[in-house]
Amino acid sequence: MNPDVSVADGSVAELDRLAELSEDVIRRARAAGASQAEVSASVSTGLSVNVRLGEVETVERNRDRGFGLTVYFGQRKGSASTADLKLSSIEATLAQACAIARYTEPDPCAGLADAALMQKTFPDLDLWHPWEPSVERAIEIGREVEGAGRADAAISNSEGASVQCGGGVAVYANSHGFVGRERGTHHSISCSLIAGKGNAMQRDGWYEYVRDAHDFPAFDMIGRTAAERTVARLGARRLGTRECPVLFAPEVARTLIGHLAGAVSGGSLYRRASFLLDHAGKPLLPPFVDITEQPFRKRGHASAAFDAEGVATRESALVTGGVLQRYVLGSYSARKLGLATTGNAGGVHNLVVAPGARDGETPQTFAAMLQRLGTGLLVSDLIGQGVSIVTGDYSRGAAGFWVENGEIAYPVEEITIAGNLREMLMDVQAIGADVDPRGAILTGSILIDRMTVAGE
Amino acid sequence: MDSPLALVERNLLAPGGLSTSDLERVFARVMAPSIDAADLYFQHSRSESWVLEDGIVRDGSHSIEQGVGVRAVSGEKTGFAYSDDIVLPQLLEAAGAARAIAQSGNGSGKPLTVRNARALYPAADPIEALDNSAKIALLRELDALARSLDARIKQVIVSMNAVHDSVLVAAADGTLAADVRPLTRVNVQVIAEAGERRESGYAGGGGRCGYRELIDSGRAHAWAREAVRQALVNLDAVAAPAGTMDVVLGPGWPGVLLHEAIGHGLEGDFNRKGTSAFAGRMGDKVAADGVTVVDDGTLPGRRGSLSIDDEGTSTNCTTLIENGRLVGYMQDKHNARLMGATPTGNGRRESFAHLPMPRMTNTYMLAGERDPAEIIASVERGLYAVNFGGGQVDITNGKFVFSANEAYLIEHGKITRPVKGATLIGSGPDVLTRVAMLGNDLALDEGVGICGKEGQSVPVGVGMPTTKVLAMTVGGTA
Repeated sequence: MNPDVSVADGSVAELDRLAELSEDVIRRARAAGASQAEVSASVSTGLSVNVRLGEVETVERNRDRGFGLTVYFGQRKGSASTADLKLSSIEATLAQACAIARYTEPDPCAGLADAALMQKTFPDLDLWHPWEPSVERAIEIGREVEGAGRADAAISNSEGASVQCGGGVAVYANSHGFVGRERGTHHSISCSLIAGKGNAMQRDGWYEYVRDAHDFPAFDMIGRTAAERTVARLGARRLGTRECPVLFAPEVARTLIGHLAGAVSGGSLYRRASFLLDHAGKPLLPPFVDITEQPFRKRGHASAAFDAEGVATRESALVTGGVLQRYVLGSYSARKLGLATTGNAGGVHNLVVAPGARDGETPQTFAAMLQRLGTGLLVSDLIGQGVSIVTGDYSRGAAGFWVENGEIAYPVEEITIAGNLREMLMDVQAIGADVDPRGAILTGSILIDRMTVAGE
Repeated sequence: MDSPLALVERNLLAPGGLSTSDLERVFARVMAPSIDAADLYFQHSRSESWVLEDGIVRDGSHSIEQGVGVRAVSGEKTGFAYSDDIVLPQLLEAAGAARAIAQSGNGSGKPLTVRNARALYPAADPIEALDNSAKIALLRELDALARSLDARIKQVIVSMNAVHDSVLVAAADGTLAADVRPLTRVNVQVIAEAGERRESGYAGGGGRCGYRELIDSGRAHAWAREAVRQALVNLDAVAAPAGTMDVVLGPGWPGVLLHEAIGHGLEGDFNRKGTSAFAGRMGDKVAADGVTVVDDGTLPGRRGSLSIDDEGTSTNCTTLIENGRLVGYMQDKHNARLMGATPTGNGRRESFAHLPMPRMTNTYMLAGERDPAEIIASVERGLYAVNFGGGQVDITNGKFVFSANEAYLIEHGKITRPVKGATLIGSGPDVLTRVAMLGNDLALDEGVGICGKEGQSVPVGVGMPTTKVLAMTVGGTA
């Protein structure tokens, strides 16, 4: 389908170059008196093309470099970074990091992760699939996507279609002698359309985000999906203030799991800034819910064999039978809490939420989830930041559809949905098998028993 | 003292063996008969940050980024490339990539002419202007102060950061302008605990100034007190109401309402494309009588201020809404050219690696005449919201939200109990028509705003007087 995939590339040589540079800088740091040091170095390149109303709008070429260094003098720490990989700049960066470490204070928890935890095997996670269409070809794809969307007579305007392709290589190395190489590609195609005129205008869109361009659906499907979603919002009404069941569509359901992950992450816990303090071993979701971290998924968006400190990642349960099995920790937060790192420095590596329901009958499709919702609110869009991880209080702007007896009745907008995350998680009734594959959190739609909807 | 241009030429161009005369060669590479505009944006940016947590100054970092962005514009098409190496071969290569949107042919830019803008802030590097030991001392003082105020304060995080940004803009229209931009910020975050209740408080601020100004004015210490006060107030907060009610917004940072409800919708790009709820509404009545809103990049030392924008245009005070009527959009050069308008000095970009677009600077509503106490006394049952987190807007249907993190119930004209945070939602073209009273107490925010648009972040400011808005939707649970 995509004849533009190139086979030869310089990524291996680039990785070797970054690894050599990193090891050299670590030697220099040790020579400057640092007891420990770590380096992250990366280079990424890409092309981004936007087409609007059938014409090219922007063509952007990207090439970004980054180099970050942390030195430890005993338990004092200093960090510095530069985007310039010339030796003179890197030497200046090292001098800056050392200068800062003279002013920071000894922190008993500071330092590299334990040497014994470093990853030793580096499986191929199938993350490297360069796709380098010519600018002309990228424009053609953008036109096809947008054109398919604009073919819908109810589409009145467009914000355009975007085609982005690119990849990056990165090295993390530290003074334990660990050198980790990673490379990965990410490509996306998106389309944003407008339906209606004047006060009745609505905008929506769709995007696809893949490791391998072969995994894109047919390009015109992206435009058509964008158009369907946009047109479906025409004639949106408000709702009266009420309590009702709320179904989070797959594309917004992952945010709920993201809030959970944030609340059980080490930084929130040791700062006592979480509504889930001391919850390990306790139920926080209904018994049918299982969530696992799967770092070795082929082509996964957050797949990695080692975390941001070189610690070996592992497949492990986060939630089993609704009970929180562990926290999400790097070595710093683990030491602060008197626990062991879970290989999560830098975040989670693919959280997979298994579908299920309270009554044991797993809803296989989105339609089955709508049936379960019965009469209530389907949320397809959330705006604003009204979520407190400290208290669990949740209040966000929402748009979506009012559903009656499992059928979409009409679109709704300018409402808020509110509750407390602790209760919302306990009130999960069902999780669909309609998984949205486009991110680091993989979940289907999520049905919550009851929330407060504020409107007219 | 050196002019900004001399300073920037020395720091940005000279190390790569470049001088301004080389830039004309680059334009000769970019320009073609079909190219309407082209510019080069050189930037050197140095930043640092320090963090105190659990009583320990545990982290410090320093960062340098530099590079040059090359843009070529032909009609509605824009080609863009950048390099983090500021030397002639890389610059010519980026120029070649940027003009890929154009037909072949040769051209050249106009001769570069230096534009001097008035300086709204000092050029001195805020990172160098204060000793590291004095920075550490400030972190420790604010930590000790916050902890001393109340035994319920269990965690204090103090951070400070500074940026020293040097930019040089050269454009084929002859523009040659430089700017040196300091930006500092101090933040205090606390966690208070009482029994099972746990609440956070946050305060901070800064501006285009050195740390010294934030310390000597007492503002940094005031933020530590303010963070503690907020956390303690929230320990007693009850569930926020749900539904439609009158809302009184306090002065200052609640001006984020303007930024979301109308600011983004009045940016030139969305109006040129007809995708904003305000498109085609110039001259219409979009707010109550007495409501005047401006975007003002010229306030000395403010976080959102700029001597020149990122296209070399001097910033302005642009009136957006005058006595309730829509009178102005915010423009960069590209959208101004396509709309037959004048650039307003709102062309901004996150860095050399990003394209400029119309962005806000400091957006605020002018004061009215009411005593704030009189405004609160006029509300039978409603919400008094004095502090907010962030907000967001869908510019096409105009729906916007902003989330209160300190609010109180108003009952029978009196402020009664504090309520938990809640999101307020409304419609941009409609909400200002329901402004019923304006206070005489215009204030600008403390200098914390970050605005995101199409993945690019830039510092901004907001402000407003105490304002009563009729019938807003409050997203609580009670």
